[in-house]
Amino acid sequence: MSAAPQDAAGGGTLAGYNFAYLDEDTKRMIRRALLKAVAIPGHQVPFGSREMPLPYGWGTGGIQVTASVIGPDDTLKVIDQGADDTTNAVSIRRFFGRVAGVATTERTAEATVIQTRHRIPETPLREGQILVYQVPMPEPLFRLEPRVAETRRLHALGDYGLMHVKLYEDIARRGEVTISYNYPVMVNGRYLMSPSPIPAFDNPKMDRMPALQLFGAGREKRIYAVPPYTAVRSLDFEDHPFRPNRADAACALCGSRDSYLDEVVTDDRGGRRFLCSDTDYCERRRAEQ
Amino acid sequence: MSDAPILEASGLDLRFGAVPALDGVALGVWPGEVVAILGESGSGKTSLLRVLSGALAADAGEVLYRNAAGALVPVHAAGEAALRRLARTEWGFVHQNPRDGLRLGVSAGGNVGERLMAVGARHYGGIRAAAAEWLRRVEIDPARMDDLPRDFSGGMQQRLQIARTLVTRPRLVFMDEPTGGLDVSVQARLLDLIRALVADLGLAVLLVTHDIAVARLLAHRLVVMRRGRVVEHGLTDRVLDDPQHEYTQLLVSSVLAA
Ligand SMILES: Nc1ncnc2c1ncn2[C@@H]1O[C@H](COP(=O)(O)OP(=O)(O)OP(=O)(O)O)[C@@H](O)[C@H]1O
Ligand SMILES: [Mg+2]
Ligand SMILES: [Zn+2]
Repeated sequence: MSAAPQDAAGGGTLAGYNFAYLDEDTKRMIRRALLKAVAIPGHQVPFGSREMPLPYGWGTGGIQVTASVIGPDDTLKVIDQGADDTTNAVSIRRFFGRVAGVATTERTAEATVIQTRHRIPETPLREGQILVYQVPMPEPLFRLEPRVAETRRLHALGDYGLMHVKLYEDIARRGEVTISYNYPVMVNGRYLMSPSPIPAFDNPKMDRMPALQLFGAGREKRIYAVPPYTAVRSLDFEDHPFRPNRADAACALCGSRDSYLDEVVTDDRGGRRFLCSDTDYCERRRAEQ
Repeated sequence: MSDAPILEASGLDLRFGAVPALDGVALGVWPGEVVAILGESGSGKTSLLRVLSGALAADAGEVLYRNAAGALVPVHAAGEAALRRLARTEWGFVHQNPRDGLRLGVSAGGNVGERLMAVGARHYGGIRAAAAEWLRRVEIDPARMDDLPRDFSGGMQQRLQIARTLVTRPRLVFMDEPTGGLDVSVQARLLDLIRALVADLGLAVLLVTHDIAVARLLAHRLVVMRRGRVVEHGLTDRVLDDPQHEYTQLLVSSVLAA
């Protein structure tokens, strides 16, 4: 994390002004949680989530993580459902432009810190980049086991039979695992983790990713992490292997058959077409054509 | 039966306020043996079972379990992780109320499969095959594998609970009034089934019952409890045909009178 030495540069004490909004104590506290999270890949670490000038559900967990790791030399990209130009992405990007004065970009390759909701960029991430996920519900077992103390115990014991029962029931009833978002993963062969509501299509990108992956859940006050090059496996059965799903179509703009597509209604007569959900990826491809 | 007990308890005391639920209880269970804990309501049977399986801490005494590797595990000092591991591998539990032992919102096959998955089974087809085989063994039509046990009769739920428990071949099974809530005819069928499975698999069983007929049918040995104390123990036929303690005599004669 490149932010630590830059605290001094950020000043932090200019009458009521703090670099990246959060006060230095809060950032230190969050960094301690992040270090612990990195040391125990996939393990949820509690942290003292602060009030942010945005309501929960707008990525306050991700914003606090970003604020704690970003430095003046960083270049920030913010995406929401793959797009840089949605209200949420634009307002978070503006927020950091204002409170940290950092450069922002829409280009995945140029960014050093990428905050995301619901997607992993199509352009492979590299060493030195940090991907910060906004997480609404960090507990992968919460639908199966409502008692929080019991889920902690199950994590401590690595007792994940219950999650497999859920997958088993899916296959028994519908012939396949029907989870298309937030598909549970095992991190480093030890902790069951929620990848946040990214499409299952993105799960394989998490596996041995060269970039650092950080996850912030503001309302639930949890942080977790996947360090670079860590094994991330989507749960499955030997005879029903995990299959990342994607609409069987090409992007109407760039023709990609590899990227994750959004289905867009084009008129009121039921016309529709498929477009890359990753707007930067789609634009790069069109620029090259 | 081998020389060394699979489970051995000594000096167990437990009080709930002024009530002595267990008072100096000692007990041994040998591999392949069915031991029934017999006594009237409130005599401490369930308390004893819970203390023996580590679910409840005693005020005094010790419980030792000899695991599959032959090592002695002090049940109350083993720690939660070790106990849970035992509970899903070498031990099994059959509860009086199937609600306590089943997931009613999960299919019958999923219920049986859960224990397999908990110990690492990851082949869907293999899990289903094992579940079907176990449903058959407990006389549930495998065609009902994908149905919810919520819709099963009480007897079926109990048989499903047994299948779910035995599918991973535990060495020691704790049963608390497994036929308790059932009609007499359903009870008889379930008892026959339990007896056949226990003999087939060579299980050690600790069975709590207040029903002498159940004890006579299933148990090799009996432990008779009254007010938290073991008043008599011995081979089932000996205890029931020639009871020494006046309380046992009373229990036996009240059955004969009934
Ligand atoms: N959690 C508890 N709190 C207070 N008293 C308890 C508790 N559990 C059991 N007891 C008391 O301890 C004694 C033994 O109870 P226990 O449940 O072990 O009896 P039991 O032989 O299983 O009876 P039953 O045949 O009715 O199931 C009873 O007097 C009971 O009221
Ligand atoms: Mg009882
Ligand atoms: Zn495209």
